[in-house]
Amino acid sequence: MISQEVRDQYTVTIGIECHVQLKTKTKLFSAVGNDAREAPPNTLISHIDLGMPGALPVLNEKALELATRAAFALSTEPERFSQFDRKHYFYPDLPMGYQITQFYNPIIRSGSVTFAVGQQTKTVRIHEAHLEADAGKSTHPAGKDYSLVDLNRAGTPLLEIVSEPDMHSALEAKQYAKELWLLMRYADVSDASLYYGNMRFDVNVSVSKTDELGTRTETKNLNSFRSVEKAIEYETERQIELLEKGQPIVQETRGWDEAKQKTVAMRSKEEAHDYRYMPEPDIPPIELTEDMIKPVRDSMPPMPGEWRTRLVGLGLDVSQTDTLLEAEVESEANYLAIIEASLSEPEKAKAIANWLVNIEIPLRRELETSGGLPADNAMRAKLYEEIYKLVSSDKLSSTKAKSLLTELLSKNKLPADLEAYAQDGGYLQVSDEGAIEKIVAAVLASNPAAAADVKNGEMKAIGFLVGQVMKESKGQANPQLAQQLIKKQLGL
Amino acid sequence: MSWEPIADIAADVQAGKTSATSLVDKALKAIDDHKEFAAIIATTADRAKERAQAIDARVAKGEKVGRLAGVPFIAKDNFLTFGAETTAASNILKCFNAPYQATAIEKLEAEGAICVAKANLDAFAHGSSTENSDYMTTKNPHNPDYVPGGSSGGSAAAVVLGLAPFALGTDTGGSIRLPAAFTGSVGLKPTYGLVSRSGVVAMASSTDVIGPLTTSVEDAALVLDVMAGKDPLDSTTIDRQADYTKLDTSLKGAKIGVIKEYMDGLNPEVKTLITKSIEKLKNQGAVLEEVSLPSLPLALACYYIIVPAEVSSNLSRYDGKHFGFADKTAKDLESSYNQTRSQGFGHEAKRRIMIGTYVLSSGYYDAYYKKAQQLRTKLVQDFAAAFKKYDFLVGPTAPSTAFKIGANINDPLQMYLTDIMTVAVNLAGIPAISIPCGTVNDLPIGLQLMAPQRHDRQLLAIAKTAEGVIDE
Repeated sequence: MISQEVRDQYTVTIGIECHVQLKTKTKLFSAVGNDAREAPPNTLISHIDLGMPGALPVLNEKALELATRAAFALSTEPERFSQFDRKHYFYPDLPMGYQITQFYNPIIRSGSVTFAVGQQTKTVRIHEAHLEADAGKSTHPAGKDYSLVDLNRAGTPLLEIVSEPDMHSALEAKQYAKELWLLMRYADVSDASLYYGNMRFDVNVSVSKTDELGTRTETKNLNSFRSVEKAIEYETERQIELLEKGQPIVQETRGWDEAKQKTVAMRSKEEAHDYRYMPEPDIPPIELTEDMIKPVRDSMPPMPGEWRTRLVGLGLDVSQTDTLLEAEVESEANYLAIIEASLSEPEKAKAIANWLVNIEIPLRRELETSGGLPADNAMRAKLYEEIYKLVSSDKLSSTKAKSLLTELLSKNKLPADLEAYAQDGGYLQVSDEGAIEKIVAAVLASNPAAAADVKNGEMKAIGFLVGQVMKESKGQANPQLAQQLIKKQLGL
Repeated sequence: MSWEPIADIAADVQAGKTSATSLVDKALKAIDDHKEFAAIIATTADRAKERAQAIDARVAKGEKVGRLAGVPFIAKDNFLTFGAETTAASNILKCFNAPYQATAIEKLEAEGAICVAKANLDAFAHGSSTENSDYMTTKNPHNPDYVPGGSSGGSAAAVVLGLAPFALGTDTGGSIRLPAAFTGSVGLKPTYGLVSRSGVVAMASSTDVIGPLTTSVEDAALVLDVMAGKDPLDSTTIDRQADYTKLDTSLKGAKIGVIKEYMDGLNPEVKTLITKSIEKLKNQGAVLEEVSLPSLPLALACYYIIVPAEVSSNLSRYDGKHFGFADKTAKDLESSYNQTRSQGFGHEAKRRIMIGTYVLSSGYYDAYYKKAQQLRTKLVQDFAAAFKKYDFLVGPTAPSTAFKIGANINDPLQMYLTDIMTVAVNLAGIPAISIPCGTVNDLPIGLQLMAPQRHDRQLLAIAKTAEGVIDE
């Protein structure tokens, strides 16, 4: 382990390449289903994916639309002219002997991602993003003299988003990866399921004591935010240690060993392929016109950054905001749409946001493993609306509102008459003065010492008395009213 | 052996005057009778007979079969077809049974045509003589000591031998026009993208086109008319013109440029015949003038960078992993690639893979490939400039008549020079046609006519007139 003092002498520089699997029905260049998640091996293939003689790729227009959405999500515009190229190498899971990608003229050549790191705001510039077809999947069974190839994934559309080397800590890199994940989900570009490998990260890491960048390594195929963070931490330590020992960093590609929590060398620069990039003659260049781009631009929903501004504006803190923004993509529960419906009444929107963060999201996460909650969005929107009505008219206390919500969400039920239901369930506060007067009288009688204290100006004791009134009323008394009545009966 | 015009054959089948079955039998017999010319790799006899019977049954029921009802044809063996293996005359595709058919084949079949056989070619269409076939060398029907030209040599020989009324070829740098010239047939290279390349073994994707070899311009026009048009399976296809069989035949006032660079340095006997043909066009009222395209002399160099680059890329898929030949004795992945490709590819394919790999390598791309692309642009501009002044361009198809089998086989550069008058057309994507214009020492000569992109109908029209007057 290197000391913090040594560590602090170095600047770490990080750039990230992220492969995002686009949410198209069919593959990038063939009319075969794109959802390989549960399909038996080699069942989603056509002669195009197999690279049969005479087979020609035909571009899936939906992928262009999704790349355009990605451009807007990255706060930029797609290039009006882009083109595909062939990247050549031999491998059994690459049937044509080349990958179709965009090397010379990618569809995105600018953009940025802005996100929070602690209390700071960080912006990372996007170098480019290009469309490409994924390769198939190879597996090498241990101890066997063969490998297996599954071409279901071959031809799946990917958008590879390449950042500038703008990050300087593992935490920044992790937050960047997370924000990119949110962006792709909010823009509806990708299912972005890390579990299914819809997003994979390659991290380029170098360290240096000077302004000049050090020799970098690339750790490939990281499939979780945690592994992005851990791999960078490991690489940073490893590189500093080498330099401190006077040894050089080898420019190389590395892999992440999840079990050992370390990066391992895969191949060095000398062993790198010469990909012999060449313009793809089978696919005409892509020329996007304003007519094609405008409807996409107009259909873009608010991105996480815009939501952050809105939610913070409502008075939510950073952690609550993050919880909401991330939870939004975990389920179909459309939390933000529910909040959005009340944005014109900030008090209400804030109350609902709080309930979502404090009650529904934890409840949903808790029940995830036991089948989960249904996401009956219209019903829930109405439920929040009506509960807020009861609270704002003082009929329901905030404590009771929480229990009522928990009960109704768990049952996935909105009673025809919520107020009557709450009344019957004993959730409503009693604001009937006569009823509370009686309880107050009884409480004062049975707590003469506390009553005397209050009378003598020790106002702290009034809290205790109010508590007793609440207890006697089984929580239904309106506490403000109880306090008023205590004072009144004590002649204050 | 000879055949009626294609339209007449189809009309006779439709009218019940002849049967598809008898036509297929006639073709299969002709193929059998002319085996010594080695034009055919395999017949699709069983499937052809079945299709013929089905067509005859439809005719008997009074159904309309199509514009090519019962017309037999032969496909170059780089077209994916059912009924026989598709080998591209290469060892690496030996035993390859196509799982789908080329769009061109499907379109012809939809009009009632019947594929009866697969024709020989230079393996993967790499060559100008068919000597590069991994299986056999096709012989020139006019003299079996001579090559038929290539790479569609089997198709051209087949048509001249009368094995079928028409054959399909592919033209990447002259592979339809050159064998047409060497065998005395009509060879049409349409505008790039006019006929779908889907299901045709790719040589160089940016210059490959599909076209017919026939004994008349009229037949070529009908076959093109059936095959032409946009194909959802090939993104490089373009919209077609209305009717390629409507050929306005007047040459009066047509402006034709005679390409200076092609006329210079011609074999004198060839030059005499070409000049005579040009005079005949003049007599029809066409205006002929010499025109120079300054970048033409560089076209061959440009072609032999761009095409091998695409060839090396397109041949990457033949690695023995998913289809075709594989050397199963290999001990590991690396050697399986080496052994499969070393044994599966012939010399010419290897030569082009090496050239292509070299010009695309990092550090050489700018010096070779990029430069060649710039030159290609210049060439396109030269043609565009010439077509501003002239409706058509004319010249010979090849600098000489067919050469003897074996004459150039050890001299690839000399072999490449055979294509010197055909490759520019492919780089520019324009249509061109070779029609017979006489013989020198009993070996045919071809006249090459060219038109601007998407002017295939006009090209066919002038070719039809030229064909008529040259025959006189």
